[in-house]
Amino acid sequence: MTVTVKVFAHLRDRLGFSETTLELPDGGRVSDVWKAVSDEDEVPRHVLAAINLDYARPDSGVADGDEVAFFPPVTGG
Amino acid sequence: MVVMLRDKPFDPWRELVEYQDAHLARGTYGATASFVGTMRDFNEGASVERLFLEHYPGMTERELERIVDEESHRCELIDALAVHRVGGIEPGDPIVLVATWSAHRAAAFDACRAIMEALKSRAPFWKNEETVTGSRWVDWNTPG
Repeated sequence: MTVTVKVFAHLRDRLGFSETTLELPDGGRVSDVWKAVSDEDEVPRHVLAAINLDYARPDSGVADGDEVAFFPPVTGG
Repeated sequence: MVVMLRDKPFDPWRELVEYQDAHLARGTYGATASFVGTMRDFNEGASVERLFLEHYPGMTERELERIVDEESHRCELIDALAVHRVGGIEPGDPIVLVATWSAHRAAAFDACRAIMEALKSRAPFWKNEETVTGSRWVDWNTPG
């Protein structure tokens, strides 16, 4: 399956990209997407994730065509 | 209920009055509460010269709409408005306006506070501060 990955704020600085497209085996989870872009087995506690603009958890399932985002704790307001 | 992102400076008080005149009929509400967040020129012991507010286009609007909708229903508001800046911000510039309208004061006060607290913890915005020693990402929002 193909997923689009977006990263924001200091995660973009750390990972060196803002948006990319990945090919992953079907049935993957958010944590698999994180491993593909960061080489870390687990999503760190301070990294938040979203699928298709909704908050998701590391064990949330990802489907073909999904947009998966990773970002640090939010600091608006 | 309206949520807006602005990439240029805005006047929150004019925004509030214009929204109220356009959306709320006179005599239909008894209480209006508002909160305005403004950029300081100091944070975490350093002088801050400028701020860049990054967001996640699409998700930010959706999450703000969800927050305003949830609190409007929970508090039985008559109406609510949230306006938030993105992009380059200077000290003294308003960053956020939340305004709530209800029949009685408790609902307007409660919802205004609750929308701000949810926005602070859920809406995907990130502050990058420019200080004299360089730029830095703000790691966490203060608890209150």
